[in-house]
This record gives sequence, structure tokens and C-alpha cells, in this order.
Amino acid sequence: MVVGRVAIPFVPPRLVRRHGWTIGVYALLLASLIFTVAIHPTYGAFDIKSLALGALPLALAAAAQTVVVLSGGIDLTVGPLMAVTNVLAARAMLHSNFRDALLIAVLVLILGCAAGAFNGSIVVFSRVPDIVVTLAMSFVWGGVALLILEKPGGGAPLDFQNLAQEATLSPWVPNALVLLIVVVAAVWMPLRGSRLGLALYAIGSDRTAAHASGVNVPLVRILAYTLSGVFAAIGGLALTMTTGIGSPLSGSFYTLSGVATIVLGGVSLAGGKGGMLGPMAAAFILTLIPADLIFLGIDPNYGQVIQGIVIVLVVMVGGLAALRRKPA
Amino acid sequence: MTVRRYFQEHPIVVLSLLLLLLVGVLEAIRPGAVTPNWFRTTVLFAAPLGILAAGQTLVMLTGGIDLSVANVATAAAYIMASNARHGDLQAVLLGLAVGVAVGLVNGLGIAVFQAQPLIMTLGMALVVTGGLTVYSQFAVTSVPSVPGFIHTLGAGTVLGFVPVSLLLWAPIAVIIVVGLRRTGFGRLLYAIGDNAAACRLAGVRVWQVRLVNYTLCGLLSAIAGLVLAGTINTADLGLANTFLLPTVAAVVIGGTSIFSGSGNYSGTIIGAMILTVLNSVLTLLDAPEPIKQILYGAIILLLATAYTRVLSDT
Amino acid sequence: MSELSPLLEVSSLSKRFGPVIALRSADLSVRPGEVHALMGANGAGKSTLVKVLTGVLRPDGGTIALRGKIRVIASPAEARRAGLMPVYQDPALIPDLTVLQNLRLTGTPVEAVRRWLSELGMSGIDFGVLTRDLPPPSLRLLDLARALAAEPDVLLLDEITAALPADLTTRVFDVVGRRRAEGRSVIFISHRLAEVSVFCDRATVLRDGETVGVVEPARGAEAKIVDLMLGPVAADVARAEAQRAPIRSGDGPGKSRLEVKNLRAGSMLQDVSFTVRPGEVVGVAALEGQGQGELFDCLAGVRKPDAGQILVEGRATSFRHPYDAIRAGLVLVPADRMQALLRQRSVRENIALPLVSRLTRWGLINVRSERRRVKQAIERLQIDTRAQAQVRRLSGGNQQKVSIARWLAAGFQTLLCFDPTRGIDIGTKRQIYVLVRELAAAGSSILLFTSELAEIPLACDRVIVLFGGRVVQVLPANVADESTLLRAAHGLAAEAAS
Repeated sequence: MVVGRVAIPFVPPRLVRRHGWTIGVYALLLASLIFTVAIHPTYGAFDIKSLALGALPLALAAAAQTVVVLSGGIDLTVGPLMAVTNVLAARAMLHSNFRDALLIAVLVLILGCAAGAFNGSIVVFSRVPDIVVTLAMSFVWGGVALLILEKPGGGAPLDFQNLAQEATLSPWVPNALVLLIVVVAAVWMPLRGSRLGLALYAIGSDRTAAHASGVNVPLVRILAYTLSGVFAAIGGLALTMTTGIGSPLSGSFYTLSGVATIVLGGVSLAGGKGGMLGPMAAAFILTLIPADLIFLGIDPNYGQVIQGIVIVLVVMVGGLAALRRKPA
Repeated sequence: MTVRRYFQEHPIVVLSLLLLLLVGVLEAIRPGAVTPNWFRTTVLFAAPLGILAAGQTLVMLTGGIDLSVANVATAAAYIMASNARHGDLQAVLLGLAVGVAVGLVNGLGIAVFQAQPLIMTLGMALVVTGGLTVYSQFAVTSVPSVPGFIHTLGAGTVLGFVPVSLLLWAPIAVIIVVGLRRTGFGRLLYAIGDNAAACRLAGVRVWQVRLVNYTLCGLLSAIAGLVLAGTINTADLGLANTFLLPTVAAVVIGGTSIFSGSGNYSGTIIGAMILTVLNSVLTLLDAPEPIKQILYGAIILLLATAYTRVLSDT
Repeated sequence: MSELSPLLEVSSLSKRFGPVIALRSADLSVRPGEVHALMGANGAGKSTLVKVLTGVLRPDGGTIALRGKIRVIASPAEARRAGLMPVYQDPALIPDLTVLQNLRLTGTPVEAVRRWLSELGMSGIDFGVLTRDLPPPSLRLLDLARALAAEPDVLLLDEITAALPADLTTRVFDVVGRRRAEGRSVIFISHRLAEVSVFCDRATVLRDGETVGVVEPARGAEAKIVDLMLGPVAADVARAEAQRAPIRSGDGPGKSRLEVKNLRAGSMLQDVSFTVRPGEVVGVAALEGQGQGELFDCLAGVRKPDAGQILVEGRATSFRHPYDAIRAGLVLVPADRMQALLRQRSVRENIALPLVSRLTRWGLINVRSERRRVKQAIERLQIDTRAQAQVRRLSGGNQQKVSIARWLAAGFQTLLCFDPTRGIDIGTKRQIYVLVRELAAAGSSILLFTSELAEIPLACDRVIVLFGGRVVQVLPANVADESTLLRAAHGLAAEAAS
């Protein structure tokens, strides 16, 4: 779908060449699903639902990271921001009804937007490398999350939780998956083809050339972090939906896992290269691995080892492939 | 203008002044707090961070980063402690071997396979932590214990107030500071951080330098892990894990640029001291954990900004 | 001549970077319908002036007036709206976007770009490819077409011809020159005096960030321009150097130092054989993209050849890394200085880099011997070391000298110079060619590619001409005047022979 938005006459081989990695990731996802069914023949609608539930926050964390990395930066506040929005929503939604919960969700989104813009502004105006700024800000947002909710608590109306937990359309199509598709389609798709989207890729690809092309580089950088804040806030809300509570430390896992996910999804950490579809599939693959280990009767602690090995292998293969392409 | 010029050329002086200022704040809040014993405690806590940040400095000088330093430190300490019954020396060597091995793999991935340092070391961090958990469940039969001399190294004192760990940290610091300035290897680290392609054209086999560098970083991380285990006198699965971000912070505050191959370990040392003193100031103020975290982040940010503003030309 | 009211009027513009003054007081007046050259030695402030005019840099003082109205140009977008369009030395195209996406990014009408491209003789460009996959000449013309499509009042061309083959250069002059009729103007920056005198109506000369004169080059004022560019003292030196005939080393039969046999690499380098003897300077003449880049890369160990042999002192070699080539005595000075230099490091560290490259030199540095070697190299090349703490603060010419000085300090047998004088002022050019002759006289071999054919007889003993990845002609330098070389480089001699 993303591919179709690039308004150029398509020659199929070029499409395959340019999006080879994304196609590969989906093939890998398909292969791991087939493998899962093979080792666990009763794999069914319920398992699909729990897979989607597990992958949803990770996919959103990856989406948040993707936007910033495409623009040539990195955002280490994704996890803490998810935690902030998670505890904020859970604290405000406790004992509220569904309508109020939706209103609170909108307010939380606006807050995520503002927090992202704040991060981006500091990155731009302090001129300190983004990795350092967002590292420091990750302490700040982590502290804010703890201020809002000292320990896991809060809650959310059941109807709100069901936005992610049920499978309304069909038992095989979990709401979490629908939610993810809707979010990406509503936020990313229109942007991707717009001039702002092009500017986002442009500043990640070659900042000097982008500036000379008339792109307002500082503004686009701030917008990238703002969008990252929006995705992180949606991720925080997703955590509230999937867990039903708020937890101040819930986000800590998602910063670096998000980075790992987008790399597996084909986004170059150097900026300017990649898309949103690859990371989405990668989030499902990385969520499926620990589940498969349990089906195989292996200690789930191996999950981390295997995830790590997958990441290491992916970056090595990617690096080697890049090396082969170069005529050196 | 001239003051700024002076600071541009001697950033270490500014950093030292900042450190003194923080110590002054501490003394102002709680008069009589700054004593030889306070010095001892501060160095005790700064030493593992400083040694851990040494590896991070070397790696960041070449434009890389190592996200596995904290996990390697934990793994080295835990494996040493769980093998203490085989003899102290063997246990220590095993611990150090973990660091060298992980550093070597990091180096291979980054130098030979051209993997991005951030993601390569993140992957290895997962492998190390996961592997260690599995190891602790299946391979450890006796209760982990820290050898006596490691405890002395991490927590002991000589001459009344000089921590033993300083006797390890100081030589490491001298070797690194002098090495960076006066050896070919040190020269190459800066050169690669500046322009790796140019180094290749000049005949430098960049991969060799990177491989050795990441291995050194692994070794330094392992040493830091052992010292930390000695300080706390125990080794658990989460021993050094909170140290990852502070190592990066110490390097950054110390003035090593992630992008341009400039900086030095002397800055990192002060950076580690600043972070440690800051921590004790916040503890003295009885700040609740969330406030402490926020202040910690804000101050790192402020220092880094001030630093960037002073050092930039335009 | 009656004073036409100027289209663009720049007065006493200044800009400094910390302690370095890039522009002291630049004046520039461009009339409507004029092609106006901007000239000056390296570091004179031309590029800074262009960047200020196009909103990339903000000036510290002075004014810019367009059609009599004073304008503040705060960003590239604003410059565009004011009718000022640049084509920089580095094309402002985003490598990871397709051509079409690049055009959409700048809001440029696609049809207009297609039209200009076909006028420039480049209608074959596929708009769906990533610009990273386009060769440099196509990129520059695409950038030019994009600028033209915006129909600017003033088009600023920064060294547009530097990377273009001769036929395309003529095309560019044709197309751009036609704009005079519409009352539109062009500011043209070039080091090539010949182009300027043919193509431009007037020329403004900058020296040390200051406008030192406005000349009409059409009246054979080349000497005057050179004098203005160099300043009173340097001009004398340059003239004296020019009058001295280059020293010719004996080109009798000797044993070969470097022998290349049937070398092939990629699609560009087809089949090249030649020899270089000790004490000989062999020139390589070729249009853009005839395999010379691949040839130099193979010889320097930057890439591996697909077939053929490289023999050094009669021994077959195989280079897997520049390190191997350097050990065999072959060292490269690349065209792009920034490829070779450590921008933030000192002149000393840059020159001493090859000295510490070997594993056995990773230990303590012998500071005294290093200092001595570096000092000798600096003195030999007369490098201006006032800004030696960071190489990026040196002028382009001094940077190029540093990248050569490195090999003087490290030692070599064969120097591979790939377009060492691209974008360098005349004074430094002469110094480099004198050095090349001196090195040859001392027994070194030199293989020299230059895109400026007129410079070949200045420095070389023999010339090999490449066309289509093959050697089409070998000439003694004394008969290799520009027109002969140009014919050969277009493959005309080969056709006549066959």
C-alpha cells in the first residue's frame, strides 16, 4: 500500500529491488507463522489474538522510532513517553465511563504530541547530539511517570480495554491488529506521500542538500519528534488497553526493543532509508519468538538470547549485503 | 571572548570547576559533609562507573557506541562469583574472559561485517543477559560468592582514606590518557572517528583497529564489573544494569563528541565524578526517586548544552 | 556605456567564521541580461558570497538589493522566492529520493525540467530512479535543469563546468546564454579563464574577501584578471614560473617501475596497458567517465580489478587493500580532498597518518622523528600553517598540499595524482606542478590525471589518452597540445587509425 503512493510509473523488478527487505520481512513473518502452526497444531484464533495484543505496543514503539530514525535522528524517550501516557491514562480513566475514557485518550494524545515537540525543540535548539538529548530526557520522562503513579495501578473501563482486547469483526481478526492498521493508515499513509513526508526522508538522507532544496530542516526535525510523541502516546494508550492498568516502568523495555524492531524491519539507522510496513511485521516476528519457545517447551529465558542472536544476524547480513553492493 | 577561547581550548578546566562547584553545593547544604571519608565513598562509587566509561570513551571516539558494557560487567561479575569455588584466580580470569569474548564478537560484527554499533551491541546485550539468566538457572550449583581480594579491591582502603579501587583505576586512567595522546593506536582512534574512509586510503586497516578497540572495551567492562562486585560484595543478575546510561552520560559530559572523534578520557573521569557527586547531593537533599531522576536528566542536558554552546564556533 | 540599473546590487557584504574572515567587503553589481563571472583564488570568498546570496549563510554586514529594493535573504526558500537560484558544486539532490520525488520536494514543475533537460541534451534520464544511482554529470545537469525550471532572475552557477565533459560544457553555455535575451542574468563562478573570457560579459574579481576590480574579459584582459586575483606580489611569482620551461627528464629506455597489463574493472575500464618508468611523469587524458577513476582505484588498492595484471618493479602484485598498494610504493592523492583528510585533526596528525597505519606502529610514537618529517614536508610544500589546529580551516589549496605532504613524509615510489588541481587557484596549481617535476627529477614516478587538458604539457613527459576504457593514444607531452588531446579524448584519433 505504501508502495502505491509513490507516484512513479512502476517497473516490477525495481519495486522488488527497492522494497526487497520489506518483502523479505513479510516472508519471514509468514514462515514463522507456518512454523508455529507446525509445532503447535492447535494454534488458533485465541493465539492470534494474544500475538496481536503482545505485538501492538511494540509495533507502535517501532512506529515512533521509525519516524525519527528516517529523519536522521534517534529517540531514546519512546519507552518513557509510553510509560507517562500509560500511567496518565490509567490514573485518569479509573472509575470513568467509556465516553470519558475516549475524551481522556484524546487529551493524552495531545499531551504526547506536546511532549514530542518539546523533545524535538530541545534537540534542535540545544545543538546537542540527539542521542544525548533524548538520553537525558528519558530520565526526565521516566521520573515524570513515577510522579504520576508511584507503583502499578489505575484502571480503564472494560469497553475501552476491549478496543484492543476483543475481536469484533471476526474471531480471526483481533481488534489490536485492526487498531494498528487504522493508526498507521490514518497517521502515516497521508504523510508518506506528502511534501512533508518527502522532507522527512530528505533531512535523513542528506541534510545539507535538504537545506539547499529549501527544506526548513529544524522545523521538520521538530515535527519528526512530535510525530514520534504521538505514536508513543498511542503506544501508551495501547498498554493501558492491553494490560488494563498503568505501570510507571512499563515503557523501559520498548525504547531499545523498538530500535531492534525497526532495524529488523529494514529501516537504516543512518536515516533516509526504509518505511513503516517492514517494522510492523518485524514487531510480530519478535513477539512470536518467545511464544514459539513456550510451544517448543524451551525455557522462555532463551527468548532473549534468540532475539539477540536474530538481531545480531540481521545486522551482520545487512552489513554484508551493503558491502557486496559496493564495488570495493 | 578570550575567556571563551580559553574554555574552548581547555574544556577540562571548566569541567573541574563544575565538579568543585558541585562539591561546594554539597558542603553548603550539609556543612561538614566533605571529609576524607566522603572522598573515599565518592571514589568507591565513581571507580566502577569510571572504568566502565573508559571502554565507552574508546568506542565513542571512533564514532561508535557500546550498549552492552553494563550487561558485560554484570555477566563478568556473576560468572566470577559463581566460579569462586574453583579458585580465585581462575574465577577472575573466567570473568575477564567473558568481557574479552563479548567484545571480540562485537568487534567482529562491527569491524568485519560492518554492522551498526548501536544495534550490534544492543543485540549482544540481549544475548549476554538472556544467556546469563539461563546459565544461572542451569549451571550454577553453589551460591555465588565474591572472592576476598576482589572485595578488598572494590571496598578496601589504604592510608586511611585512599580506596584500593583507586589504585587500579588510576593506572588504567594514566595508560588510557597517555595512550590516546602518544601511541599510534590512540592516534588512529581519533583518525577513524574523524574520517574512516580517509584512514583506509592512508593504508590503515580500519577493521583491525575497531576489532581491538571493541575487545578492549569488553575487557574494561569486565574489570569494572569485578570492581563493582567487590564494592557491593555480592553479584546478582542485575548488578551493573543501571550503569549503561550513566556511562554514556559520563562520556558526553566529559566532552567526547559522538560525531567528530574528539575528546579524551580525562574528561570522562571528571564526568563520572560529577555524576557521582550529583547523586550524593540529591541523596543528601532527600529527594524522592522521581524528582531525583528528573533533576539528573535535566542537569545532564544542561551541562551538555552549555558545553556544546561554549565549544561551538559560530 | 550608459549605466543600466542593476538587477542585483551587493554592497560591502561581510561574513566571518569565528576568527576567520571569509568576506571582508564584497561588492557585486549584476545588470539584467548579463552573464557575470565571479573570480578569485581559493579562499577569496566566492563560495561564501554565493552562500550568502542564496540564503544558506547569513551575512554579518552589508546589503543585498534586488531591482533597487533592499532584501534580507534568511533562507534558501526565501532566496528562491526572490528570484535567486543556485547550482552548487555539490548537487542539492537528496540521494535517497527519486528524481521525481526530488522535484516534488522543491515544488518544481516536472514538465519544465524535462524540457530543459532535453535542451541540455540529457532527455534520457529516468525520473523514477534514486538520484544516488545517477552519475555525477547527470546530477549536475539535473540540478541545473531544476534551477532553470524555476525561471529565476539570477542564476548562480558555482563551478558548474568542473565535472562536465567538454561537449556538455558547450551545451550548458548555449542554453544558459540564451537567457540573456529575456533580461535574465547569470552569475558564473569558474577557475577556467578560457571559459570566462569566451562566455562572460563582465567579471568581478575577489581577493581575500574583498572586491578588487571589475573587468570586461572579452577584451583580452586575462592577464589583468590573473594579476587582480593573485595580488601584486604573487602575480610576479606566477609569471616567472610560467616562463620557466618544465624540466624534461630523459625518456630513454629504462626498466619499468609500474607496468599495467590488460587491466579491466567494472563496465568502465575495459582493457588498459601501459608502463611508467622511474623519473617519469605520465599524464592521463580522458573525458569524464572513460575508466580513469577505476584505473586509479585499482592501482591504489581501493578496488580489485576484474582482470589483468599490475606489475611493480617487474613483480606481479595483487592489492586487496590500499595498505598493500602503499607497501608496494603506490600512493594516491584523490580528487576530493575531503576523502583523504581528517577535517577536525591537526595538520601534523593528517600528515603523520600513514606513519602510524601499520600494526607495528601502534605503540608509542617517536614524537621527535615525527615532528621532523612533518616539518620537512610542510616546508617543502610551503603549507600555510596559520590555521593548523584543524585542517578544515585551511583553504582548498593548502588542504590539497596537506594530502600530498602526507606521502612526502611517508615515502613512496609512484605517486598517483587524480585531478590534484581541481578547483584550486593558479598560484597553488603551479606549486603543485613544480613539485611534481622535482619529485620526478629525484627518481619518483608519477601518474597524473587532470581534467584540464591544457595543463598536461606543463608537467608530463608522456600522455596516455583513455577513451571508452581503453588506451587510444600515447603521445610525448611536447606534441600534446590541447586540441590534439581533445580530439584524441573524444576517440577521434582511434577512428582515424582503424
